[in-house]
Amino acid sequence: MEMFIERASSFAGDIDRLILVVAIIGGAWLLLAEAVLFFLIFRFSEKRNPKAQYLSGESHEESKWVHWPHYVVIVCDLIIIGFAVQAWYKVKQDLPRAQDTVKVVAQQWAWTFVHSGPDGKLDTEDDITTVDELHLRVNTTYHFKLESQDVLHSFSINVFRLKQDAVPGRTITGWFEPTKVGEFDIQCAEMCGIGHGLMPAKLFVHSAKDYMAWMNGDLTAQVQNQDDSQGLTKLKVSSR
Amino acid sequence: MASDAHHENQSIWSKYVFSTDHKVIGMQYMFTGLFMGLLGAFLVYVFRMQLAFPGQPVPGYGLVSPGEYNALVTNHGTIMIFWLAMPLLIAAFGNFLIPLMIGADDMVFPRINRLSYQIFLLSALVLIASFFVPGGAFGGAWTAYPPLSAQSKYSLTPLGSVFWLVAVALEFVAFLLGGINFIVTLMNARTKGMKMFDIPIVLWMIVLASIIFMASVGPLIAGAVMLLFDQLFGVGFFDPTKGGDPVLWQHLFWFFGHPEVYVVLLPAMGIVAEVISVFSRKKLFGYKTIVGTAIGTGILSFFVWAHHQFVAGIDPRMANVFTITTVLISIPIAEMMFVYIATLYGGSIRLTTPMLFALGFLAEFLIGGVTGLFLGASGADIYFHDSYFVVAHFHYTFVPIGIIATFAGIYFWFPKMFGRMMNETLGKVHFWGTILGFNGIFIPLFILGTSGQHRRIYSYENFPELATQGMQNLRVFATMSLILMLVSQIPFAWNFFYSMFKGEKAPKNPWNSNTLEWTAESPPPHGNWSEFPTVYRSPYEYSVPGRAKDFWPQNEPT
Repeated sequence: MEMFIERASSFAGDIDRLILVVAIIGGAWLLLAEAVLFFLIFRFSEKRNPKAQYLSGESHEESKWVHWPHYVVIVCDLIIIGFAVQAWYKVKQDLPRAQDTVKVVAQQWAWTFVHSGPDGKLDTEDDITTVDELHLRVNTTYHFKLESQDVLHSFSINVFRLKQDAVPGRTITGWFEPTKVGEFDIQCAEMCGIGHGLMPAKLFVHSAKDYMAWMNGDLTAQVQNQDDSQGLTKLKVSSR
Repeated sequence: MASDAHHENQSIWSKYVFSTDHKVIGMQYMFTGLFMGLLGAFLVYVFRMQLAFPGQPVPGYGLVSPGEYNALVTNHGTIMIFWLAMPLLIAAFGNFLIPLMIGADDMVFPRINRLSYQIFLLSALVLIASFFVPGGAFGGAWTAYPPLSAQSKYSLTPLGSVFWLVAVALEFVAFLLGGINFIVTLMNARTKGMKMFDIPIVLWMIVLASIIFMASVGPLIAGAVMLLFDQLFGVGFFDPTKGGDPVLWQHLFWFFGHPEVYVVLLPAMGIVAEVISVFSRKKLFGYKTIVGTAIGTGILSFFVWAHHQFVAGIDPRMANVFTITTVLISIPIAEMMFVYIATLYGGSIRLTTPMLFALGFLAEFLIGGVTGLFLGASGADIYFHDSYFVVAHFHYTFVPIGIIATFAGIYFWFPKMFGRMMNETLGKVHFWGTILGFNGIFIPLFILGTSGQHRRIYSYENFPELATQGMQNLRVFATMSLILMLVSQIPFAWNFFYSMFKGEKAPKNPWNSNTLEWTAESPPPHGNWSEFPTVYRSPYEYSVPGRAKDFWPQNEPT
C-alpha cells in the first residue's frame, strides 16, 4: 500500500495489512479462476473437442469439483472477516484515552478546525480556530468531534486511512494518532453540492517543538506564505 | 388473455405504438433502453473529458462547470442503472422471452404490460426534461442523500431535484407493473408438460429478480414520498433541525439499492447460462444448484445493505454484522461462477459473437466480485469508501451485467427478434473494442482509487496529493480508453440496423438450440404459434449419448 500512498497514523498499518490479506486471497482466487476459465476455453474448443460430453453436474462425483473449491472459499471468507473486524475494531470501535481533542466542523464548502490551545482543553478562551488547515502534534492520541452545519460531508485523511461522514445534527467522536511529520491533504469524500471539489484542507503534523511554536504564533507567517497560492486564510480568534 | 389477440390487419399505430403484444413491448423497452444508454454514454464522455483535460471545452458540449459536472455524474449513474440495465435486462428480455420460452401466446396481463411501458416512457421523458428546467438537472449523486437532495438552498437545483425524484419513482411503478406480469405469467401460463425444472434458467432469473425488486422497493418508494414532501413542503423527515434524520434515507435507499444489484445481476447470469450452454453444446452443470444459489443470493442480498454506510455514522458495532453478511454473499456467487466455468468442461466450444460476450461476462465479472471483498471488509472500506476504487469495482460488476451480458443476449436472440442474422465479423470487432476499452478505463481507476482519489470531483487541481503528473496520465489514459469503447459501438449500431433489414434471413433455429422460442417462426407472428408446443424434457439436453444430433429440443417427442 505504501507504494500508492504514505502511512501516517498509528492504525494505518492495520488497515494496510487487511488490504494486503484481501489482495493475496482474492488475487489468488482471481488468477486461479481466470486461468481455469481460459484453459477450458482453449482445451475444449470445437477444433480440439468436436463432440461434447454429457455431464449433468447433479451427481456427487461431478459436483464435488464445484463443492470442494467452495469449502475453501468459506475458509478464506472467515480469514478475511477476522482481519476486517480486527482493523475495524481498532479504528472505529475502540476509543483510546485522548491526550488532546480537536473539533472539526464541516459546511458548504469549508472546514473549520478548533484546536484546544495551550491549555489542552476545548471550549476555553485560548482555543485556536482555523479554516481549512488542521495542526496536529506527532505521536499524540487525538479525539476528534465531527459536526456538520448543513449537508453530509465526509472527513477523509488518506495518509491516516481515516474516513468519517459528518452528519448534521450529530457530533461524531473518533480518534487518530499521527505518526509522521509533514503536510498532507484533507478531503471531503461525500457529495456535498457544487463546491464539493473545492473542499480541500491541509493537514500539518508538527513535531512537539514546532507545534509549540505554531501555537505561540511563530509559525503563522511561514504557514501563511506557504498557503498564499491556495488562498487559504487563517483566522486566529484566540485572545492571548 | 387479451381480447384483441390474433387481430389481422392492424394499423401501424396499434401494431407498434399501442400494442399489447409482448414482443412489441419488449422491443419498445429495448429501443428506449438503448437510446437512454446512448444518452448515458454521452454524459460520461463529457465528464471524462473534463477530468482528462480540466477546464478545456469539451468537443460537442463546451465548458463544464462544477455544477454541471455533478449533474452529469449523477444522471450518468441514474440512467445506466434505471434506464439502461433494468429496461434491457428485465423488461426487454423478460417481455420478449417469457411467453416464447414457456410456450404461451402472450403475457397474462397484456394491458398492464402496455401501461408499464407507457409509464416507463413517461419516466424517461421526465428525466430528460430535468436537464432543461431552471436551475438545471439534479447533481446530488445517484444516491440522492438528504439534506442535499431535500433542500434547494443546498443543492441549488429546486426543480431538477424534484424532476429527478419523480422520474425515478415513475420508473419504479413501471417495473412493479411489469414484475407482477412476469411472475404471474411464469407461474400460470406454461405450456403443457413444462414443469418447474424445465423452465430455462434465464426465466428463473428474470422472475427471481422481479420478486427481489418487488420485495425491496417498498421502503424506497416510502422514502421517495418522504423526500418529495421534504422538497416540496419542507416537512423535514430527513432534516435534523426539524427532528428528522438524514441517515434514515440511506437505510431506505440501500435496503432497495443493494438487492437492486442482484435484480440486474440475475437476468444477466441467466442470459449467460443460455448462451454458454448452447455454444459449448453442453448441459448446464448443476441446474438445480444454479436455481438454489440464485435464491440464496436473493435472500442474502436483503441483509447486506449497511455495507454502503460503514462510515456514515451508524453504530460501529453494526458494521461487524454487515461485514459478515457481505463477505458471506461471496459463497453463493462463487458457487454460481464455479458452476458456469464447470459447464465449459468437456464442451465443444464455438466462439461466436454471443459466446464471446458471455465468456467476457464471466472473465470480467470475476474481477468485479473479487474487488468487492475489499469493500465488504469493513476495515478496508474505511479507506476505500467513496474513492475511485469503488467506482472501478462497481463498473466491473455493472458493465459486465448491463453492457456485456446485454450484448450477449442481443446477438443471441436477434435472429428470433428480427428474423435475420447479424454479421459475425462486425460482432467480433465490436466485442474486442468494447472489452479492451472497458479494461483500459477501469484498471487505471483502480490504481487512482488505491492512491486516494475520491469520487465526484470535477478537477483535482486543489489536492496536491492527487494532482501529480502520473495520476493525470492515468486519467487521460482512462478517457482515451472510454473513447475507444464508445467508437467500438459504431460497428454494433451499423450491424444492428443494417442486419435488421438487409441481414441474411434467419432460419427458425439458427443456433441448434433446445428452448421453445426457437420452434416459433423468426420473427414469431402475433400469438407466436398456431399450435402450442408440448414440453417433454429439460432445456439443456445437449450432446446426449446415443443420439445423432447434438441437441434435443424441448418439444420433440421421445
